[in-house]
Amino acid sequence: MEIPAVRNVTESYHIRRSSRRIQDKVTIVLFLAPAFILFLAFLVYPILRSVYFSMFDWNGLGPAVDYVGLDNFKDILTDTVFMRAVGNCLLIVVLSLGIQLPLALALAIMVGRDLPGRAFFRLIFFMPYVLSEVITGIIWMGLFNADPSRGLVNALLVLIPGVKPQGFLSDINQVMGVIFVVLTWKFFGLHMLLYLAGLQNIPREIEEAALIDGANRWQLIQNVTIPLLSSTIRTTILLSVLGSLTQFGLVWTMTGGGPVNASEFMATYMYRFAFKRFLLGYGSAVALVMLLICLTFSVAYMRLARQEDYQVSW
Amino acid sequence: MATVPPRRRSTPRKFWPRFFQYLVLSFITLIIIVPLVILVFSSLKTTGEMFLSPYTIPNPPHWENYSGILSAPSFWIFLRNSIIVMVASTAGVLAVCSLAAFVFARMKFRGKELAFNFLTLGLMFPITVAIMPVYLVIRQLQLTDTFIAVILVQTAFGISQNMLILRGFFLAVPVELQDAASIDGCTSFGFFWRVLLPLVRPALAAVGALTMIVSWNDLLTPLVILDSQNLWTLPLGTMQFQGQYSSDLAVVAAFVALSALPAIIFYLFAERQIVAGLTAGAVKG
Repeated sequence: MEIPAVRNVTESYHIRRSSRRIQDKVTIVLFLAPAFILFLAFLVYPILRSVYFSMFDWNGLGPAVDYVGLDNFKDILTDTVFMRAVGNCLLIVVLSLGIQLPLALALAIMVGRDLPGRAFFRLIFFMPYVLSEVITGIIWMGLFNADPSRGLVNALLVLIPGVKPQGFLSDINQVMGVIFVVLTWKFFGLHMLLYLAGLQNIPREIEEAALIDGANRWQLIQNVTIPLLSSTIRTTILLSVLGSLTQFGLVWTMTGGGPVNASEFMATYMYRFAFKRFLLGYGSAVALVMLLICLTFSVAYMRLARQEDYQVSW
Repeated sequence: MATVPPRRRSTPRKFWPRFFQYLVLSFITLIIIVPLVILVFSSLKTTGEMFLSPYTIPNPPHWENYSGILSAPSFWIFLRNSIIVMVASTAGVLAVCSLAAFVFARMKFRGKELAFNFLTLGLMFPITVAIMPVYLVIRQLQLTDTFIAVILVQTAFGISQNMLILRGFFLAVPVELQDAASIDGCTSFGFFWRVLLPLVRPALAAVGALTMIVSWNDLLTPLVILDSQNLWTLPLGTMQFQGQYSSDLAVVAAFVALSALPAIIFYLFAERQIVAGLTAGAVKG
């Protein structure tokens, strides 16, 4: 009987290593393939294709043949309704950054790390976030009903002597304010939650040191807590800006962009043109404009955030 | 005076700030709770009672609105559809993202950083921005009016954030563990499947819970893709129901309360996971 020769140890090591390497390559390709295929098929390819369609006057029936060049973009940028939509989105951005986030931050600091009942308040304040925008919208449509015998807000208002019931959602001057209130009701809990998590990461010793150095509570918040929360604050700013710029569900449920386009947002404008009027070429162009605005914000944010990180991390 | 211990002195000083804190927090709690309570009150009244006394406790409660909705098929169909889409999207996101996250956390190869940055592009714009272009592709693939299209789109748009979250958790697993597994003859896949995934179960739960909420509440994707009413998810069905019965506020309230119920129950059970997912996602890059 022939005994098989024992293979040279180093040789077998090399064989094992190269087979391991091939195996790793196969693993990498197979593991990344699903993510890349989905990402390319439903994110990258659609956006590239919409660049093509945005240059056609196309209603979606048959192939796109009516080439109009950049006319769609010209029409969008000269349409006062679209400009109003951009203005409304920016208004919500400004109000969110100026009121909603500071409110969430103040409440997070107030609840802090060890207020008795902390878990309860977090549970309640964050609850609206898990309700869909449709549900939130319908609930608040009821509360802001113009008739005091149907809408609680007006019912409370008319208790004040001399105050008349307000139109709210049917009033072109009030509708954006109402939408902002509802957006705040739904989303301040999310930001507060993130701030609470950030507070959790601040070492207790730093705050104690500041207190021993004679800082009062306000100085502590201003000079220790908020600077140490800066990365969380930046994240919430990005979330808030992108969310405001692309808000759809709540507005669509509550007003559909009305009355007379007073609460038009970019997303409701796009939805109306693309899916109600079937102007798919024009809709593609609107989508691209929205995308560009979002990308501009994101890239600017990343630049700024990176710079600040650099300055802080001495 | 100097003998008074500082602790006793601080107690009365602390009372008023604490009182003020609880006052503000209770007020906000009321603002959150009252709309939901009014909704439940309304849903338990007849339409006539709604007009007479819209904001009072229903006395006696009328359960007819609920029984009417629950005995008709449409609510159950919307519920079933939402569950199908949610389960499939969540499974999709978990599978696709944990595979990709493993490669980025544990393997070395050329172009890794480029591939990673590419897959995180989705963080820069929400799905709303791309839904119009995506619809054109869905139509080209002849997948309009199918669940599979909604599931694929929701999965694709969940990749960037969830892959990032999972990668963070995977990176926290000690490298020594993989070396040990490798010496024992474990392949990369074996390590991933038998060692890593069981270890990061809390992370998978967090990502799963978050994805479930996002999918459950998604309005735009099903609105654009699904035409047939028997395929609609709960947000679509609720919106349509509200439009159809807008004069009958009590019935609408009952429908809204019913469609909010699954989310609230899920939230009460999975709050910890949802919170973990959100905070992990916010500490990105």
